[in-house]
Amino acid sequence: MKIGKQTIKLENTPKILQTSSMVGPKEKQGPLSIYFDLDTKDIFLGEKSFEKAESKMLELCILNLLKKSSTKAEDVDYIFAGDLLNQCISSGYCMRNLGIPFFGLYGACSTFCESLTLASLFVNANYAQKVVAATSSHFCSAERQFRMPLEHGNQKSPTAQCTVTAAGSAIVVPKDFSISGPYITYVTPGKVVDYNITDMTNMGSAMVPAVYNTLATHLQDTGRTPDYYDAIVTGDLGVLGSEIIVDLFKKDGINLQGIHADCGALIYNHDMQDTHCGGSGCGCMASVFSGYFFEQLKTKKMNKILIIATGALMSTLSSQQGESIPGIAHAVAIENEA
Amino acid sequence: MNTNINMTNQEYSDYVDKKAKNSPIIKNVALAFLVGGIICMIGQLITDIFKNFGFSKDDTAIITSISLIFLGAFLTSINLYSKIGKFAGAGSIIPITGFSNSVVAPAIEFKTEGYILGLGANMFKIAGPVLVYGISSSVAVGFIYWLIKLFM
Repeated sequence: MKIGKQTIKLENTPKILQTSSMVGPKEKQGPLSIYFDLDTKDIFLGEKSFEKAESKMLELCILNLLKKSSTKAEDVDYIFAGDLLNQCISSGYCMRNLGIPFFGLYGACSTFCESLTLASLFVNANYAQKVVAATSSHFCSAERQFRMPLEHGNQKSPTAQCTVTAAGSAIVVPKDFSISGPYITYVTPGKVVDYNITDMTNMGSAMVPAVYNTLATHLQDTGRTPDYYDAIVTGDLGVLGSEIIVDLFKKDGINLQGIHADCGALIYNHDMQDTHCGGSGCGCMASVFSGYFFEQLKTKKMNKILIIATGALMSTLSSQQGESIPGIAHAVAIENEA
Repeated sequence: MNTNINMTNQEYSDYVDKKAKNSPIIKNVALAFLVGGIICMIGQLITDIFKNFGFSKDDTAIITSISLIFLGAFLTSINLYSKIGKFAGAGSIIPITGFSNSVVAPAIEFKTEGYILGLGANMFKIAGPVLVYGISSSVAVGFIYWLIKLFM
């Protein structure tokens, strides 16, 4: 049921049965290391190209999800997945082997919440019993598509973020499913917001206005205040973007300090790992939510969280044509009590 | 409550610029000077050695260029030049070793798309503009030189 301006209340409160995450070597050295299910030391994952490696990482992540939730691939009704590569090839090629009806999504780094939103709506509407949401990103495949070749010797801006090599997935089931799990109660799909930031090496700042819009709308639509949640988790605003979003809300009299967390800022140890403003990419929120935050919900250390995946909807072409970076953010409220 | 941030595009852009950490310019310039200087010294060393062996001035110049290009390509292939580049910035981009790096790096990267449309087509992705405008401007300067010679 739609409430307010753009939020949907999921009256049948579907639940997240299980999650799965897989990360690359650099993310495994980060502070969240112990929370990830799988990791790889080989960035090629035994494949010939980075694109194939990313596809394989997503597949391994989804297979692990099926194993953890004791589900067969043929029992999954639909899968919503996406990634950063042109024409979403990581997801598309990965699905060749799984044989699950597939919706390919592109919302840049916001794709995880986009897929989780649609998966939960399908279950809420009773169109499906088991729906998977999954996304991935790979540092090397993103770097070659969006930036410079890996071996090129150059310096990065202090505001730059590092695309994570990671995949995450979640399986959504109806609330009466026998095994317990946290419920998805509200979703707030976001609008595209652009404040004319053109710097491709400062995407956190470009996405902040979109987060502001989605979060403010969510709070308005649901009548909640930020402290209703144990954590409000953004996708990949990074260190600078996080600072800005907290500051902007503070200016408007809303305190996010201590409630706001950002997956991009959490995933690396910035000083030691030389990651400048932190991580980014579709896999960032996917792996950090699936690994860390889902565990917090399961163990009841947190009971109510709002995850807001953030995306920058530009391409290398639009940037070369002088276009600014449009941002988008989708919010999903996940609670232990329906 | 307003759901948009309470700023114009320009105000937001200025605000972000104020918040963002700047590149450490003095440190970057100093390191670029140091590493760029070291690369030039290596070039000078090669020149002096070959001069000692009795090569002509023209020959040593060519040998030095070729040696530095090889060095840049070799260090790129063992994934060391990108690390030097991160440290030195323009200090390792501007010398001829950097030019070599900018050709070899995409060549390695795009090998997965095949030797013709991958490696062949993308090798000059970074160096291409330098070649196009470098050669064009040298032709223009040459033409002006020829014109001046004609009337002098």
